[in-house]
Amino acid sequence: MMSSKSNPKVVMIDLSRQESLGSALREALDKFSDEICLIEADRERENHRLTYRQFKEMSLSLAGFLQARGFKADSRAAIIMTNQSRWPISAYAIFHSGGVLVPLDYKLTASEQAALIRHCMAEVLITEYHIWREITQTADFESLNIGTVIVTDAPKKADLKGALRWEDARSEGEPAFIPRKRSDWACIVYSSGTGGRPKGCILTHDNYLEQCSSLTALYPFWPGVRYLSILPTNHAIDFMVGFIGPFVCGASVVHLRTLRPEFVREAFPKYRITYVALVPLILKNLQAGLEQRFADLPPLRRFIFNRLVDLNKALTRKRPNLNLSRKLLKPVHAAFGGELTAVFTGGAFSDPKMLQFFYDLGIQVGNGYGLTEAGTAITLNDFNPFRADTVGKPLPGMEVKILNPDADGIGQVAVRSRTIMSHYLDDPELTAETIVDGWLLTGDLGRFDSIGHLQLFGRVKNMIVTEEGKNVYPEDIESAFEGIPVKEFCVFAANYIWPERSMLGEKLIIVLNFEPGQEFTEALRDQLNSRNSRLLNFKRISGYVTLDSDFPRTASMKIKRYALAEEIRQKFDRQSALKEL
Amino acid sequence: MRTIDEIIDEILTLAATHFKVSREDITPDDDFFKKLGIDSLQALELLTRLENHFKVELPDYEVQGVTDFRTLAERIEARL
Repeated sequence: MMSSKSNPKVVMIDLSRQESLGSALREALDKFSDEICLIEADRERENHRLTYRQFKEMSLSLAGFLQARGFKADSRAAIIMTNQSRWPISAYAIFHSGGVLVPLDYKLTASEQAALIRHCMAEVLITEYHIWREITQTADFESLNIGTVIVTDAPKKADLKGALRWEDARSEGEPAFIPRKRSDWACIVYSSGTGGRPKGCILTHDNYLEQCSSLTALYPFWPGVRYLSILPTNHAIDFMVGFIGPFVCGASVVHLRTLRPEFVREAFPKYRITYVALVPLILKNLQAGLEQRFADLPPLRRFIFNRLVDLNKALTRKRPNLNLSRKLLKPVHAAFGGELTAVFTGGAFSDPKMLQFFYDLGIQVGNGYGLTEAGTAITLNDFNPFRADTVGKPLPGMEVKILNPDADGIGQVAVRSRTIMSHYLDDPELTAETIVDGWLLTGDLGRFDSIGHLQLFGRVKNMIVTEEGKNVYPEDIESAFEGIPVKEFCVFAANYIWPERSMLGEKLIIVLNFEPGQEFTEALRDQLNSRNSRLLNFKRISGYVTLDSDFPRTASMKIKRYALAEEIRQKFDRQSALKEL
Repeated sequence: MRTIDEIIDEILTLAATHFKVSREDITPDDDFFKKLGIDSLQALELLTRLENHFKVELPDYEVQGVTDFRTLAERIEARL
């Protein structure tokens, strides 16, 4: 790892002088005008390659179009797109016009997307045709009032239901640049709340500029660096590491229109990727592929290979030596393009054995920890030395403390920094519960070790993060089980009821309270499975618990989840109570 | 020209072979994540197999949110 100060190739713009993401990107587009900023590939085809100059032209043409339609400072515009070049082109057009960007998850269902568009009151939606087609088929589409909808990838004869084609959303001349202050809103990012309570995190320009400074201090980009953008750009990590960060440094971002494992694998050597951020699920897949290749080696070659891995391990125990590892284990590094410098992961917490597997091969997987409410990342491993069992040290500018530590030093992680969101949109109550005296309460349990690395041990909040990096809040999926023939039910994260000091293999369960004389039947199992199948795979429940007493409720008849979890924990242990579905 | 039932049958046979489950154990309306015990990446692998078999190209977005064999067959049929 090389810090930005010691690397002569780093020529990033000075973020401390910037007032907004718009001004930072604007300066970058001019400074790096002849560098390649975006490459978009679809399977073996390359759709296009854009310089910063071309990017600017396309983006300003869209900005002018939006402004002509009344888009102005603080207007809100939602983007729902898969990772593609028109995502950042649209985002810059919004920032150039002083707008607030609402990046929505393309993997949500159309009705969830429509609900969030309503919640944030977006005046503009920029999306892909197939996503728009689904939104137009939602139940109350007619009442969805969006001033301007622009769709990409629309077939020639498609009925766009009032939307405009991307190709037609153009203008001539230079649109006005609308300046923003650091304290102004830059984005509304939904961290969850699709079913129940939308959690729209308001992130300011200051939040992003600070986050960008602190991340690039540790992992700098420079012209010629190629970042493979696989995590959804609507997600905080890719937004920063796959858009803002590389752009302010003049680096290139590679988008793939398909995420089939075979095309992802091919992209590494084809585009000589430098950095990539991946969810643990994809890392696991890469690990399985490599292990298979090693197992297929003839015995003698496998023996030699294993000795080389041992040698690499011995020589990189204290600190990584990328050049040496690339020489010792050339075929492995060649498969990743030979220029891969670091892989970032986090979100869902990674198995230390997997991280160690890659490190032993000389592939540095930097495990980090963050949440949307805190900007992007709070802690990140710096490989000095490599640690597979922690999420690293706090990034520059982050104050992290452990609240009410127990005898083992474990307690809730709280964070204070300039990257912490301003508040939740339209929810002062939730904001007050989450940000207390300037400290963001993360809901995660952690402890600092003797050298200042943060280790995570589970959650105090009722939620799970899947291997695919998705936050799932149990209350958000309860609507899928409305009407099942039981007296009452409640969905929980199993670890919320029975805490485990691990974040691996988290799962959701349903607690059932039956009518008198009722029992669990196969018919009920079928019903639960059928409801489950309507949910996206990462939102499904995997087990059930039966309880023979009424749920504790508030005066307004809401379930007291904490009290119910406590009651179940007192009555049963996990093993005897939890049954597989 | 294949009928939708023929497409479904071919998908089930292919999925059973690829993920080593008994052909008799899977039906058109099954949730393939659950029935085959696969994750989202393995589902994409299955998709590639199906593309090669039916000689069609299915963009990722066409199968976003699809979880049962029948709907998958319908998406393939639309592109045949």
